[in-house]
Amino acid sequence: MNSLADQFLVLCLLLNFAVLGTSRLNFSVRAVALQGVLLGVLPALVHPISWHLAFIVVSIVLVKGALIPFLIIRAIKRAEIEREFQPFIGYIPSLVLGALFTTLAFIFAAKLPLAPEHSGLLVVPASLATLMCGFLVLMGRRKAISQVLGYLLMENGIFLFGLLLADAMPVMVEAGALLDLLVGIFVMGIVINHISREFSSIDTSRLSALREE
Amino acid sequence: MMWALVLLPLAGALIAWLIPDNRKRPLVLPVFALAQLFLVGALLIDTPPVSPAGWILLDPLGKLALLSNSVLFAVCAFYAVGYLAYRRRRQNRVLCAALLVCLSAMTLVAISQHLGLLWIALEATTLTMAPLIYFNHNARSIEATWKYLLICSVGIAIALLGLFFLAYSTIVAKQDVTLLLPSLISDAAALHPGWRHAAFIFLLVGFGSKMGLAPLHTWKPDAYGEAPGLVGALLAGGLVNCALLALLRVYQIAVASTEGALFQNVLLVMGLVSMAFAAVFMARQSDFKRMLAYSSVEHIGIITVALGLGKGALFAGLLHMINNSMTKGVLFLSCGNIHRAYNSKSTAAVRGALRRTPWSGALFLAAFLAITGSPPFSPFVSEFLIVSSAFVEGNFWTGALFLVFLALIFIGMASTVLPVVLGEVPADLERTRYRDALPTVLPPLLLMGIVLMMGLWLPAPLQQLLRDAAGQLGGGA
Repeated sequence: MNSLADQFLVLCLLLNFAVLGTSRLNFSVRAVALQGVLLGVLPALVHPISWHLAFIVVSIVLVKGALIPFLIIRAIKRAEIEREFQPFIGYIPSLVLGALFTTLAFIFAAKLPLAPEHSGLLVVPASLATLMCGFLVLMGRRKAISQVLGYLLMENGIFLFGLLLADAMPVMVEAGALLDLLVGIFVMGIVINHISREFSSIDTSRLSALREE
Repeated sequence: MMWALVLLPLAGALIAWLIPDNRKRPLVLPVFALAQLFLVGALLIDTPPVSPAGWILLDPLGKLALLSNSVLFAVCAFYAVGYLAYRRRRQNRVLCAALLVCLSAMTLVAISQHLGLLWIALEATTLTMAPLIYFNHNARSIEATWKYLLICSVGIAIALLGLFFLAYSTIVAKQDVTLLLPSLISDAAALHPGWRHAAFIFLLVGFGSKMGLAPLHTWKPDAYGEAPGLVGALLAGGLVNCALLALLRVYQIAVASTEGALFQNVLLVMGLVSMAFAAVFMARQSDFKRMLAYSSVEHIGIITVALGLGKGALFAGLLHMINNSMTKGVLFLSCGNIHRAYNSKSTAAVRGALRRTPWSGALFLAAFLAITGSPPFSPFVSEFLIVSSAFVEGNFWTGALFLVFLALIFIGMASTVLPVVLGEVPADLERTRYRDALPTVLPPLLLMGIVLMMGLWLPAPLQQLLRDAAGQLGGGA
């Protein structure tokens, strides 16, 4: 893997922190979208160009860089909300935990029994770190939109691991997974819209009517 | 032919979407469900060979899931016509289209031999169910939908990571990288053990959360409680089987590798834990639809215990998979009727259903007896076989715990069901339009007939199919 690809991966790791440390939803959406685009372009840097590859790269950039951010930003506008308030895990603790997870990801990845051609690459630690940061955002935030962003970060992390398997994934499967993701975000966007209408807030901590007595 | 099975319901969904009339639209459901059922019947008798790329094949395990899902869906489709007639004001375009898309995705899960394809189809079933759970458009149902969407999406994402690990274990083992089931099974022992191990854990957690194995079941009571009865029936009888089938594919690989025993032990423990959770939460439920969710957790637990026991219990576990689907269908449909009749699903308001809605009340009572394992219904047969094989294998503790949990669950469930069905009809009863009528009673009655028949007499071809499927899981004849 060449140095440009490595720089992309470092940028992806930095974007995790950008999402962890901000309360502005619009900014987070753009950061996650940028990360998606970077990851989408990555296969083109690593593997020789083919029709299969070109199709996948274009569709990932289109879906993660344009369609998904469009859907989420529309949901943000409709819900008339700009910021995350009083997250369960504060921004500073989130950043510290994020740093901790990233460090652990590097230590852990060094111990994994990777194939020789993959050892020493940034892909695996970056994938694990992004996955963990996504989980952190998912668990630590109150607003439904932030939770969707956490889910997207997780998905990015998993996708990153999939880079190692580029040959195993037939086009149809990759395209199908991407379509599922898109439809998923579409449905979540609609649900968020309904949550904001029903509760005049998209604070998920208000979703507490259904509980065991 | 096989692709027609997937495309037919999709065409139906498109037609349902295009029909402008809210009253006529539901009729599309039974038409396409029946067409699909006939096609499934034809393909079960005359099974086509594996597709050229090896992605599509109807093997015995797939046949079982496909058969049970298609029968359940057909029954629910007929019920939907009667049900939606009571809810004329509510726009049903999304419901009808999403139901058929879901049928298509469930079918694809059953016939795919490529784990990536299977994953996509499973994720599609999750997504199409979300608008169905939200059918009632109120605050409670949106909360349930959100929890369901988030937990299942994350679970399925974790399963995808597990699949990647599995594929990676072939790379590390210097083999051609693949996610095709037959080659993964034949090379299972040669896969890199570390990655294979991690893959099994992730897949178990991922598919387990979609199946609702405790403690990953937290979305279930909400989703089952708030969804309309027929959606609940499909969730508890159809989607559960899809996720279970995905887990069975992993099981096939696990038993072919050296890790079969470990995987089985994990399943055994998770199954018993699920039964324990169900036993605890089943008691004193004040909402009889939520109670059914815990019953679903219980039965997923029972099937998982059977998988954990392996050998002779596999046949019984697979039989229980079908029995559970059919009985859950009756439970949810009849309980949907009762809900309509009283306009409440709280045990405080709903009493004496046997007087108010004699047919639905009787069906609910009969299905309760069936699901808790009373003879002569079919779940009794499968549960009895599982317990007896636990004792035959010398797994005394499992058998004993299994029986204790079953007894506790019977008591817990009876304390909710019996007052609802028997009791005195409250004097200040709200007047509702619902009366027991053929369109909403016949479908669950038909399912109850199947449950009763399979308890008394299991058709020979079905027995053979179950034996073949158990053979695929390593459970000899």
